[in-house]
Amino acid sequence: MPVIELRGITKRFGSLVANDHVDFDVETGEIHALLGENGAGKSTLMKILYGLYQPDGGEILINGSPVHLKSPADAIANGIGFVSQHFSLVPTFTVSENVLLGHEGGFLIDKAAMKQRVTAMADSLGMNLDPDAVVGKLAVGQQQRVEILKALYRKCRVLIMDEPTAVLTPQDTEKLFETLRHLQAQGMSVIIITHKLNEVLAVSQRVTVLRLGKVVGRTATADTTQTGLAEMMVGRKTVTVVRNSEHKVGDLAKLDVRDLHMTDKRGGLLLRGLSLSARGGEIVGIAGVAGNGQSELVSVLTGMAVPQSGSVLVNVQPMPFGQPKALAKLKIARIPEDRLRGIIGDLSVADNLMLEQSDQFTSFGHLKNRQIRENAEKLIRDFQIKASPNDPARTLSGGNIQKIILARSLAQDPEVIIASQPTRGLDVGATEYVHQKLIEQKQRGAAVLLISEDLDEILVLSDRILVIYEGRIAGEFAAENADIQAIGALMTGANLSPEAGLAGA
Amino acid sequence: MESLILLIGATLRIATPILFGALGETVIERAGILNLGIEGTLLLSSFIGFVTAQAADSLWIGLAAAILTGIILNLLMGFLVVTLGLNQHVCGLGITLFATGFALFAFRLIYGGVSTPPALDESFQPLNAFTGTAFAPLFSQHWLTYVSLLFVPLLSWLLFRTSFGLRLRSVGEAPDAADTAGINVYRMRYTALIIGGALMGLGGAFLSLAQLGAFTHGIINGRGWVAIAIVIFGNWKPWRVLAGALLFSGVQALQLRLQAEGVPLPYELLLALPYLLTIVAIAIVGRNASYPAALLKPYRREG
Ligand SMILES: Nc1ncnc2c1ncn2[C@@H]1O[C@H](COP(=O)(O)OP(=O)(O)OP(=O)(O)O)[C@@H](O)[C@H]1O
Ligand SMILES: [Mg+2]
Repeated sequence: MPVIELRGITKRFGSLVANDHVDFDVETGEIHALLGENGAGKSTLMKILYGLYQPDGGEILINGSPVHLKSPADAIANGIGFVSQHFSLVPTFTVSENVLLGHEGGFLIDKAAMKQRVTAMADSLGMNLDPDAVVGKLAVGQQQRVEILKALYRKCRVLIMDEPTAVLTPQDTEKLFETLRHLQAQGMSVIIITHKLNEVLAVSQRVTVLRLGKVVGRTATADTTQTGLAEMMVGRKTVTVVRNSEHKVGDLAKLDVRDLHMTDKRGGLLLRGLSLSARGGEIVGIAGVAGNGQSELVSVLTGMAVPQSGSVLVNVQPMPFGQPKALAKLKIARIPEDRLRGIIGDLSVADNLMLEQSDQFTSFGHLKNRQIRENAEKLIRDFQIKASPNDPARTLSGGNIQKIILARSLAQDPEVIIASQPTRGLDVGATEYVHQKLIEQKQRGAAVLLISEDLDEILVLSDRILVIYEGRIAGEFAAENADIQAIGALMTGANLSPEAGLAGA
Repeated sequence: MESLILLIGATLRIATPILFGALGETVIERAGILNLGIEGTLLLSSFIGFVTAQAADSLWIGLAAAILTGIILNLLMGFLVVTLGLNQHVCGLGITLFATGFALFAFRLIYGGVSTPPALDESFQPLNAFTGTAFAPLFSQHWLTYVSLLFVPLLSWLLFRTSFGLRLRSVGEAPDAADTAGINVYRMRYTALIIGGALMGLGGAFLSLAQLGAFTHGIINGRGWVAIAIVIFGNWKPWRVLAGALLFSGVQALQLRLQAEGVPLPYELLLALPYLLTIVAIAIVGRNASYPAALLKPYRREG
C-alpha cells in the first residue's frame, strides 16, 4: 500500500487549470521524482499535498485512509514534510530556533537542550551546521539543510523537496543525494522535483511526468533514459543546441576586466587580481567550483559591489563601480542567479518587464500605460511566457519568472551580457531556449560572459572557457580543444603553479 | 540630592502610561502589525474606565472596563487588518479618529459643556513607602507604576524565552515560514493584539483612575504617538523600550521642573524639549532599527 496516494486532484487558478485530475502515488521507502516543464503544475500539486492549497477536486489518501489537509499543520501531523522551492525560514532566527519553531516541546525554551538536539540530528545526517548561526547569513546550501532538519524534526515520513538542487553546487547536490539515500534507508519516502534529468536517473526509483497539469507518464527509473524522459516531458523530440561557430568575433574587447582585487569585511581575499576580457561575438564561459569568486565578480560587474582596486572597461569606457543605474547606459544586461531578486513580486508582469527601462515608459514621471502593455504583450509573445500582463509576478512558476528577467534584459540589444547561472531551475525546453537566445545575442555581436556551475552548459555554449580558482583566472581553453580533465584539475586547484595563474590574462 | 530623587519619582510617574502603551505596541508590532490606533485607544479606554468607575462606584470595575476597551479596539483593528487584510496605516488612524470622536461625543452627552473636568470622588492613591526617609518621594508611586515596570521583564521573558514568544516573533518576521511550520498566523496576531490592547487599556486607566482621578479631552495629549516612537527607539525590545520611556519622561520631568523654577527660557521651547529629544534619539538609534520584517504586511496564503 502506498504511503501517499493522490486521486484525481484538480486545481484551478481562475481559468487556468494547474492540476487536471492528477493521480500520483508514493511507496514507502522510495525516492520518487516528479518531472515536468516550467508551469506544468508540480509545485502546485505538492502545495496541495502540504495543505497550502486546497484542491478543487479529488482526494488524498495517507496510508490508505482519506485525509483532509486544511493547513500545513494537518500535513505535518500526517507525517509530511516540505522543503519548498523558495525557502520558508525566518531569516532573523538561529538555526535551532528555525528547526524547532512550532514544535518547541514546552512553553519554556531551553536553549542548551535545543542546541543539543539540533546538533545531534545534524550530526547523524553528516551535516555540518552551527545551531547558533543566524539563518539569513547562511549560504543557500546550508539553509536547505536547515529546511530538511525542520521537516525531520517534525517526524515526517514523506519528505517533499521542490527543486532542491536548483540552488546547489554539484558538490552540495551530491551531499544532498547522500542524505536522501540515508533517509530512504531508514524507511522514509522522498518526492523530489528537479529539471535535471541526470539527477532523476541518479537518485530516484520511479518518475511521474506532468505536462500542462496532466500526468503524461509514469515509469520505473530503471526503464527509461534521459532522452526518453525529455520526450515525455515536452511531448516531442528534443534537439540539442549546437554551438554555431560561423560567426565573426570582433577585435575589440567589449568587456575588459583588469586586475580586480576584493576582500571581505574580515580581510579574506575574494578576488585576487582577476583579469579577463570578452570580445563582441563570443561567449566566454567561466567554469569553477562555487565560492571561488564567481558571485563577487558578478556583483562587481552588475554594479552591486565595489572592489578595492582594478578597473572594468566596457567598450573602452570605464564602468563606474557600485552604480547599477549606469549599467543601462553602458548597455550591460544581466541575468541574475537569484531570480526572486530580479523581479518585484507584487508588481504585475507588465511592470516587471519595463522596470529596467522605466525612462522609456514614462514622461515626466507619468507612466505610459499603453506602451507598457504593448511592450509586455510583445515580450510575452516573443519569449513564450505563460502569463498575462496583469498577473502579479509572484504567481508565476519559477521558470516563467526567469523568462521575464531574460526578456527584460535581452530586449534592449545589450553590448555585454552577464549571465549568471541563467538556466538554474529551468526545464529542458526552456534551457534550450535560453541557450538559443544567448547564441542569438552573440551572433548579433554582443559579448557574453557566462558564469555557470554546470560544466556541461559551459562546454556546450562557450567559445572560450576560463577557469576561476580562488579569486582569479587559473587557466584558459579554446572551445575546440577543451579538455575536461584539465579543466576539472584547474577547478580544484590541482597542479597550480603561481605562474599558471597568469595563463588566462 | 533631594531634587534628584523628586525628579526620578516624577519620571517614573510620567513614564507609566507611555510605558504601558509602548509595551503593548511592542507586542503587537512584533507580530507584524503597526497599530496607529494607540492614541485613540488610550483616550477611549481612559474615558470608559473613568465613566464606568463613576457609574459603578468602583475603581476596579472601571479598571476592568478600560482594559476591555483596549482589547475591543484592538480586536477591531485585528478584524480590519488581519481578517480583511486592509492597510494598517489607514485602519490605525481610522481607529484613532473614531475612538477620539466617540470619546468626545459621549463626554458631551454625559457631562454637557462643563468647564471644570469631572473628577472621581476617590481615585487610586499612591502607595507610600520609606516615609520619613529621603527616598520617600521616589517610592510614593501608584501600584500601576510598579505593574508597568514588572511588565518589562515579564514581556522580555515571554518574547525571548518562551515558545509562545518565538512563535509570535516568527509571525512578525516571516509569516509564510510560520505558517509552513504549522503556526496559525491569524490566531497569533489576534493574541498579540489582545495582550497589547490590555496594556493600552491599563495605560489609559492609569491617567484617569490614578494619576489625575479626572478626565479631560487632552488627557492623552500625544502619548500614543510618543509610545510608537519609543518602540522604534527601543528596537522592539522591552528593556530598551523602558529605557526610551524613561529618557523621554526624564526630560519631560526636568522640563516641568525648570518651568516651575522659572528658568528664563521660553516655555514653548521647554515644552518641545522632550519631543525634540525623541526625534534626535530616533534619528540616531533608528538608523539601525531592525523592523519586524513583516510589519505592515497582511498575510494571505495564496490559492
Ligand atoms: N497562486 C497562484 N495564482 C495564480 N496562478 C498560479 C498560482 N500558483 C501557480 N499558478 C500557475 O499555475 C501554473 C503551475 O504553476 P507551478 O508553480 O505549479 O509550476 P511548476 O510545475 O512548479 O513550474 P516550475 O518548474 O517553473 O517551478 C503556472 O501557470 C502558474 O502561473
Ligand atoms: Mg515549481
